[in-house]
Amino acid sequence: MVKNPSSYVPPRVPTVDEVGVKERAAEFASRSIKKAAKVEGLKLVVRMMDLTTLEGSDTPGKVLQLCQKARHPIHGFDDVPPVAAVCVYPPLVKPAKAALEGTDIKVAAVATYFPSGQADLADRLDEVRRTVADGADEIDMVISRGDFLAGHYGKIFDEVAATAEACKPAHLKVILEVGELQTFDKVRLASQIAIDAGADFIKTSTGKIPSAASVPVTLVMLETIRDHFLKTGKMVGMKPAGGIREAKDALRYLVMVKETLGDAWLSPDWFRFGASSLLNDVLMQIVKEKTGRYQSHRYFSVS
Amino acid sequence: MATAPTRVPVKKTYKLYIGGAFPRSEGGHYLVVKDHKGAFVANVCRATRKDFRGAMVAARKAQAPWAARSAFNRGQILYRMAEMLEGRAAVFERLLAELHGYSASEAQAEVGAAVDRLVYYAGWCDKVTQVFGNTNPVASQHFNFSFIEPTGVVAAVAPKTAPLLGLVSVMAPLISIGNAAIVMVTPDNAVVAIELAEALATSDLPGGVVNLLTALWEDVGSYVSGHMDLDAFFGVGLSSEEQKAIQVSAAESVKRTKFVDDASPAEWRQESRQSPYWILPFTETKTAWHPMGS
Repeated sequence: MVKNPSSYVPPRVPTVDEVGVKERAAEFASRSIKKAAKVEGLKLVVRMMDLTTLEGSDTPGKVLQLCQKARHPIHGFDDVPPVAAVCVYPPLVKPAKAALEGTDIKVAAVATYFPSGQADLADRLDEVRRTVADGADEIDMVISRGDFLAGHYGKIFDEVAATAEACKPAHLKVILEVGELQTFDKVRLASQIAIDAGADFIKTSTGKIPSAASVPVTLVMLETIRDHFLKTGKMVGMKPAGGIREAKDALRYLVMVKETLGDAWLSPDWFRFGASSLLNDVLMQIVKEKTGRYQSHRYFSVS
Repeated sequence: MATAPTRVPVKKTYKLYIGGAFPRSEGGHYLVVKDHKGAFVANVCRATRKDFRGAMVAARKAQAPWAARSAFNRGQILYRMAEMLEGRAAVFERLLAELHGYSASEAQAEVGAAVDRLVYYAGWCDKVTQVFGNTNPVASQHFNFSFIEPTGVVAAVAPKTAPLLGLVSVMAPLISIGNAAIVMVTPDNAVVAIELAEALATSDLPGGVVNLLTALWEDVGSYVSGHMDLDAFFGVGLSSEEQKAIQVSAAESVKRTKFVDDASPAEWRQESRQSPYWILPFTETKTAWHPMGS
């Protein structure tokens, strides 16, 4: 913790060349991944998925159904692995934990007054402690974007550091909500502050505002992770979330991870997709590769 | 004194019609269109299976809102399509004569018949449900009635003859009840088909309700009838072997199939080539039981 937040000196980060980032991001779409490589890539996407439901209308029954899907994404395809985690609101951690007992699937919960984060730090930390006590393996926190944009970087550092402390032994993912940060430079700065304060993962978005994960903004965050690793040798994970709906997009992200960070990050321990409708599209592509027939949503369970 | 330079005419690029837009083929391949004398006319897109997949997504998205419109409103839009076609009659008459060797009177007859056919199905939009719906006598205290609903997304193969009228005759019955259509057009008829798409694009028809692909059947055929998201298939002028292959691959997803023989342009103009029975194969019958006191 910084004793006096106003004396906090934010990290110096390089400025981001917006045109260059977008050009580089567009390049990842030009890699040709077909047949067996595509199927392997899609299975990796499933293994990296945080299957998410964050609706006001969520019920324990819906979470139970989602957990079944997390364990067995599709009937009749035994080589399709389970997903990495199920991501829910704090009150649904207990039913999710019960439904996933005996599996390696993690339960992730969005805490710290998701999605706005507009509450006293004490209340937010209290929610984190209760959620971890309920059994959450991973906590997805939101930063106070208002404080960040007002230039109170010390407060951001402190809240992330305090949450990292409060959520132990669970892993901490820090949601920057990039759609509200306005520029790539701010995304880069926010990423660095979150990493310095002890984030295990940095995550793009809540999925609750229209502007969510994109390839360029994820690239900026991956480059922050890369530069931090080169400087300190410490690995940090990445989770793009919101707006990734098609298998083709997911494969682009994998290409980007490999070409920016290397094979070490191509694992659910270091890269996750936050998504709900993506899973069925990935499954449809896997079935299409096997049967040669284009598939329909009608033959896949809701997720 | 220098002479005025001869003006270079601007040639039209014939692309596909998917989701209300005119994209190029995903594969980047093209086919050469020649007129009836064998002279070069244009290069057109050679649609691939992935273009069909894209059209399927667009059609699926468009179908439910199209079906949810009132039948009267669908009729208005089909009538609007007729208006747009009428306004471009001279263009179509010229294309039929120059590209397909029609005489002036034949061309006029085909364009007129195509406009009339749209009006014909515009009229059926809000009548076909009564004609094919009915109350059923049942032995209990229920009011029992059946009515038709659109089946969903229908893929069609347009006839090789009658480039304009044949295409309209296939497309109009499908969409009148609220289906979305993906129509495959033989490249020889591509210029007329895409010209028609331009009329459709300006006729209040929501994007994606009609999609036109200029495609070779050997490129896309096996993927079309096997697509699990497709609800029905309407083929004109296909061989019995082709029909059998389509029925076999359609069986897995329980798709409806309907086949019609191709005909001469004169036969396409006949009243026997328009009927509400061209709508019926692409509907589902729903039966409802309503409790009723004695």
